[in-house]
Amino acid sequence: MQQRLVEIWVGLFVVVALAAMLFLSLQVSGLVEIRKSPGYQVSATFDNVAGLRERAQVQMAGVKIGRVETIRLDPQTHQARVVLNIDQRYDSIPADSRAAIYTSGLLGEQYIGIDPGWEDETLQPGDQFTETQSAVVLERLIGQFISSMGD
Amino acid sequence: MISLLQALGNKVITGLRGVGEGVFLFLRLMRSLSIGVRRPLLVIDQVYKLGVLSLVIIVVSALFIGMVLGLQGYYTLSDFGAAEQVGVMVALTLVRELGPVVTALLFAGRAGSALTAEVGLMRATEQLSSMEMMAIDPERRILVPRFLGVLIAVPLLATIFSAVGIIGGYLVSVGMVGIDGGAFWSNMQNAVSVRDDILNGLIKSVVFAVVVGWVALHKGYMAVPTSEGVSRATTLSVVHASLIVLGLDFLLTALMFG
Repeated sequence: MQQRLVEIWVGLFVVVALAAMLFLSLQVSGLVEIRKSPGYQVSATFDNVAGLRERAQVQMAGVKIGRVETIRLDPQTHQARVVLNIDQRYDSIPADSRAAIYTSGLLGEQYIGIDPGWEDETLQPGDQFTETQSAVVLERLIGQFISSMGD
Repeated sequence: MISLLQALGNKVITGLRGVGEGVFLFLRLMRSLSIGVRRPLLVIDQVYKLGVLSLVIIVVSALFIGMVLGLQGYYTLSDFGAAEQVGVMVALTLVRELGPVVTALLFAGRAGSALTAEVGLMRATEQLSSMEMMAIDPERRILVPRFLGVLIAVPLLATIFSAVGIIGGYLVSVGMVGIDGGAFWSNMQNAVSVRDDILNGLIKSVVFAVVVGWVALHKGYMAVPTSEGVSRATTLSVVHASLIVLGLDFLLTALMFG
């Protein structure tokens, strides 16, 4: 009996350690994403996403309404195609809304901000944002500034 | 003057003899590791005594260390508007350094000292020599299962330590301070790699396991067979194991992440 109890505890110990290992390799290093919040997908193409990352926030009026799901390069247009996962409850986003990449604070995370349009039609799952604004790349901005100084 | 010189020589020779005995013991232990396959019950018993019974101190320490890391990371990083990076800081610190090192230090204090005391008492009460009288090799019967138990328990404990610590950091920085949970995880996932960070951390903890187990068993096995000798051996076991772990950690970090 005593031996049985010891073996059960050791078995439990090993299982807990394996679970911890699984947690570390999946959740912490992002080998595979485990949990996904329910929602619908819309996409947007940008000329440049700069530091935007998967699972970054999607905000509207500063409120988080979803997350960035995937970021891929479109091989034809050479633009970045970003798929957004919007929470189920925000299903009344006007179809002519604008998606832009902003930075929170001076050095903070990049996120996608949605500026609402005026149309009565709403974005449906699978739709695409018609109007987008790319991330501001500081070097490019400085380059433009310097070249405009020369004129 | 001459006697001073003699005392110095005596100290050096005794020290070297201790190291030599330790190395030979280590080699003999490594050679008879196969006993773990033939007598797994002995090893399982040790994994229980060394690993399962150390879980409480490991989990509680990990939780609080993770929470402190989350809080301090937030205070420092929020000055730079980079508070979302706190997840990266907590995860890398735990997986690369604190997980293996603090686990080894706590283990040396909780289980290593117990090992030394146990083996030292066996020596003091002549149990080891009675075993030899019965034609049982005490090294194979007593030391090897304990050594294997340490080798199995420490990496598992270190893994649990890192995971629990990260959860502690999450609880504070997301639950208490209010960083966005998605940013916490996504930044962490971008920065932590399985091969470079998690695997190297695991290798570290295996090395530390060898050090702690070996030092603890050697000190116990070579203890002076009196109550004073055993208590001295127990203290030395914790001190030496901790110092070697900290020193080796610097070397390993320089090798792995340099």
